[in-house]
Amino acid sequence: MTNALPGTSPEKLVFPDQSPDTTYQDFLRNNQFCIQHCNECQNFLFYPRLCCPHCSSVDLEWREASGKGTVYAVSIVRQRPEKGGDHNVVLVDLDEGPRLMSRVDGIPNEDVKIGMKVKASISVNTDEDGDTRMVVFREA
Amino acid sequence: MSFKDKTAIVGIGETDYVKGSGRSEVDMMLEASRKAIADAGMKPSDIDGIIPPPGYTYSEELAANLGVEDLRYAATINMGGASPNAAIQHAAIAIASGVCNSVLITLGWNGYTAMRPKPGQPPGRSAGIAVLNNAIQGFYLPYGVSAPVQMYSWLAMRHKQMYNTPDEATGHIAVACRKHAHLNESAFMRGREMTMDDYLASRWVSEPMRLFDCCLETDGAAAVVITRADIAKDTPNKPVYIMGAAEGHPYPADDIATRPDPFRIGLSFATPKALEIADIKIHDVDFLQIYDCFTYVVMLQMEAMGLCERGETYDFVKDGNIELGGHYPLNTHGGLLSQAHVWGLNHTTEAVRQLRGTAGASQVKDAELGLVTGWGDLGDGSIVILRN
Repeated sequence: MTNALPGTSPEKLVFPDQSPDTTYQDFLRNNQFCIQHCNECQNFLFYPRLCCPHCSSVDLEWREASGKGTVYAVSIVRQRPEKGGDHNVVLVDLDEGPRLMSRVDGIPNEDVKIGMKVKASISVNTDEDGDTRMVVFREA
Repeated sequence: MSFKDKTAIVGIGETDYVKGSGRSEVDMMLEASRKAIADAGMKPSDIDGIIPPPGYTYSEELAANLGVEDLRYAATINMGGASPNAAIQHAAIAIASGVCNSVLITLGWNGYTAMRPKPGQPPGRSAGIAVLNNAIQGFYLPYGVSAPVQMYSWLAMRHKQMYNTPDEATGHIAVACRKHAHLNESAFMRGREMTMDDYLASRWVSEPMRLFDCCLETDGAAAVVITRADIAKDTPNKPVYIMGAAEGHPYPADDIATRPDPFRIGLSFATPKALEIADIKIHDVDFLQIYDCFTYVVMLQMEAMGLCERGETYDFVKDGNIELGGHYPLNTHGGLLSQAHVWGLNHTTEAVRQLRGTAGASQVKDAELGLVTGWGDLGDGSIVILRN
């Protein structure tokens, strides 16, 4: 079996017993920002998946992210005040490699620039469905 | 085996394009389909293949209403807005390989009415974009991102900052489509002037996208009939042959954020293949029907297809180059930006009129070779090359 795809040998072809999205949220509720690391090709990945998009392995391990990143792209969504007002949306390159969607809090929308160094924190949103948590960033 | 020139579009049909149809999607699709089949000089029972849109209806429902008794090919393409254009490749392959003889492709929706439901009105049928639900619901919506304009704005902003893209680059695309709409009696924005100054003064929707970077929301349906080349010779109108076609998907296709090169879109993969099948160069085409949900998406497609180098769209679109009379007239019907939005199937019907020589005031002189693209689902792409 020397030509087998990475992570597909029978002893390694083990899928998790819950959705990786659920695991991601569980970590956030524990105040941890965790992303998956592929033990076959050593890449980090996001958003959470069952198989590595780089090598298709299922040998994925959750690791706490450094939270350090760099703004890759930014847009300002324009909305009327009664609909929540203007807000920024960014793509952030994590130092570990993956790029994800988020927003930058704490500074005016116009000051968010490509190349800006940012640091992750966990934001709590409370509504009628209870608490949901999401990763946001602040200028580092 | 290549399907080059083995099939042709022989029938086109459209409903009126309106805001507030008061009709069901199926109702409108059946009208467009009947018109397309009649335009092909066929009876509904001559159709033996149907590719419906991903949502609103399904092949069996259309077949039953049209009287298609022997349905031998029924497939559904899930590429969002690129689906109807990608379906042309599927029809060509199915016909060229002998699976069926004549395929109907249709798309109809209430793109205006469904976005503005009235109280007490039952909801209409929905479109199928299941492929995107995970990324969008889990990882985009929490950041206030739900509309395509927001998802494509990062691409646009990144492009502007990397290549110093001037606002006038996308402005010329919007203005060209509007100018062409004035020549088209079925264009929604016919007669409503828009200058470059009007474009630059329009309000932000999601920076750097302005209101006039965004397409229309309209209700309506379109349909085309594709058949085998030898059958096409005996149909009433000049056949429009399918020279080449291909589809492509960015990687990963299900998440826009994590793509290493966000400007490597579906068309980056599809274009070389389609050109190889058609055995032409991209600059050989006489006109461009490019999927224009947003001006910036047109720009990304122009660059991905090699019409111009990355970051050089402004030089390609300025000085009337993409207007009628220029080298590469763009969306001669007005496009999704200024005619109507029927998932780009109106780009196909317009390409057919151009190649039949029946495009009226918008006719491109001596048009022989045309290009039609589709874009959907965060960057999936399709390209069809047509000749007369």
